[in-house]
Amino acid sequence: MDILVPILTAAIRSGTPILYATLGEILTEKAGVLNLGLEGLMLLGAFSGFSVTLATGNPWLGLAAAVAAGMAVSAIHAFLCVTMKANQVVSGLAITMFGTGMSALLGKGYVGETIRGIGIMPVPVLGKIPVLGPVLFNHDPLVYASYVLVGFLCWFIASTRWGLTLRAVGENPRAVDTAGLSVPRLRYAYTMAGGGLAALGGAYLSVVYTQMWVEMMTAGRGWIAVALVIFGIWNPLRAALGSYLFGGVGALQLRIQAAGTTVPAPLLLMLPYVLTIAVLVAISVKKGRGILLGAPAALGQPFHREERD
Amino acid sequence: MSAPFRVERRLDCPAWLNWAIPAGAVATALLAGALLLFFLGVSPGAAYKAMFKGALGDAWGVSETLVKAIPLTLAGLAVGLAFTMVVWNIGAEGQIVMGALAAVAVVRYAFVDSAPVMFVLMFLAAALSGGLWAGFAGYLKARWNVNETITTLMMNYIAILLAEYFIYGPWRDPSSLGFPMTAPFPDAARLPVFGSTRVHVGLVIAVLLAVLFRVLYRWTRWGFELRVIGNNPNAARYAGIDYMKNILLAMFVSGAVAGIAGMTEIAGLQGRIQPGFSGGYGFTAIIVAWLARLNPLATILVSFLLGALLVGGDTLQVVMRLPLASVQVLQGLILFCVLGGEFFRNYRIVRTGKGE
Repeated sequence: MDILVPILTAAIRSGTPILYATLGEILTEKAGVLNLGLEGLMLLGAFSGFSVTLATGNPWLGLAAAVAAGMAVSAIHAFLCVTMKANQVVSGLAITMFGTGMSALLGKGYVGETIRGIGIMPVPVLGKIPVLGPVLFNHDPLVYASYVLVGFLCWFIASTRWGLTLRAVGENPRAVDTAGLSVPRLRYAYTMAGGGLAALGGAYLSVVYTQMWVEMMTAGRGWIAVALVIFGIWNPLRAALGSYLFGGVGALQLRIQAAGTTVPAPLLLMLPYVLTIAVLVAISVKKGRGILLGAPAALGQPFHREERD
Repeated sequence: MSAPFRVERRLDCPAWLNWAIPAGAVATALLAGALLLFFLGVSPGAAYKAMFKGALGDAWGVSETLVKAIPLTLAGLAVGLAFTMVVWNIGAEGQIVMGALAAVAVVRYAFVDSAPVMFVLMFLAAALSGGLWAGFAGYLKARWNVNETITTLMMNYIAILLAEYFIYGPWRDPSSLGFPMTAPFPDAARLPVFGSTRVHVGLVIAVLLAVLFRVLYRWTRWGFELRVIGNNPNAARYAGIDYMKNILLAMFVSGAVAGIAGMTEIAGLQGRIQPGFSGGYGFTAIIVAWLARLNPLATILVSFLLGALLVGGDTLQVVMRLPLASVQVLQGLILFCVLGGEFFRNYRIVRTGKGE
């Protein structure tokens, strides 16, 4: 237990930025839009969160700015994919290029600055529970917010009227259109909501986790989040487990390095990427055996109102 | 009807639009970039002038643009081949790295003094290495339908870390005064260059491969099968086209060509590998392929233009002290505008009569 508790605690903390991005992508994909721009959105979020926190001294304003930036840039993706019916894969890559470039361009002067971000706030009673307390309830507020968000999204998607509409717009947009709802409006809304969450995940890295800004600091977490959506079969709870698994691998790898191993650092750093491929293969092999998975039927397809399917 | 305009699907696209749309897209992107520069407090006119002068203003600039156009053309052909059959090979960057690593391995372990033999060995090793790297993702896609966008992307990170392992570890040059880099290539392993420029024989390889790809797409059975799979996978299945074989083959060839790009970049230009040597060509290649509409010959032209953008970006960095990331922003903007422009290829806006 003495070894396990710190690793599990670290797994939750370093899994949280991935979790926010994964939850955002679940919302976007449930609405039928594929957004491969997560990596760029996270970087933009990390930069805007950091710079606004530095300017105002208020990390919460920084987080709000990150969400706003994420929503604004993912609106470009929504415009291209929904209104202009462009290729969603390429548009997502463009978002990643744009976001990576913008964060590096604007963030050049911020490297080396430090901020007072958001610290750890143990939950009063729950934090005292042995093992579970330190692992789950000895974190910063954003970790607790992510627990609430996972629960909320599970309920929202499965049990509310809005959730039903969300699922329908990703599965059968024509039905939604026939019911008199606007498919483009819903897709814009969920693409922007997803982009905001991805940027919040990025901001978690700079404002809470490291409290500094480094170019390319997301190091592929956005792409891992895209893979985790598939791994989590579009289910928020499974996405959370996947995110913590990746957080745990990251934490473990740091510990192995700190313990002074002879394994060269680049080989250890490969672990999360190798694991992503392994996880994806595992889930796809299962899919081949006929287990139904939750990929929205209309994912990646533009909706043409005036045309027959 | 209340709106004065209506969007209507085009039945066919007039020929002039095939040129006007990409040109308009690039122009719009440059305009948006100008706006951005203005807000950053940089004079857009001066910045673009510096870029143009740096990349195309004199013979040296043009030759440097060609130097960058070589890996872009090769990688653009590579991803274009995969995109033709709607397989998203985003891993050209990693395949370039694997090709370069194979070239270094040949130089280290094959003791040949003859330049032609060395070239053939490096060429084959790079093609095999890049091809297998991409082919692995292709196999996973063909066998279990594993999402290739993510596997190829993850394999970029793995390839780059693998290169770092060799550069910092077993292949580090002991006489490099502690700098992380491999030993310089011997003369026999260097590709010939044209005159006093840095343009190397890779240019010839790139042009030859582009022509070969054109012939392949247009006049061979395999090219036809690739296009059918890309346009209508169901029709391909009915026609008895082997999906698995074609995906594997296409990914292998795609990776092989990207690997060759890595080999020519190292043997022709850099002469050794060090961290960051791949320079993002694999990602820029995605824009190249898309702007060229997957047409191999247009890929050469577009690579030249984007090569000019990269050289211009280098100039911008030196003259205006703007970070290299500004080029990446501009690339993103170009891709946005190209994607938006596609709309006008497929749809047209018609004026509807008033008072209806």
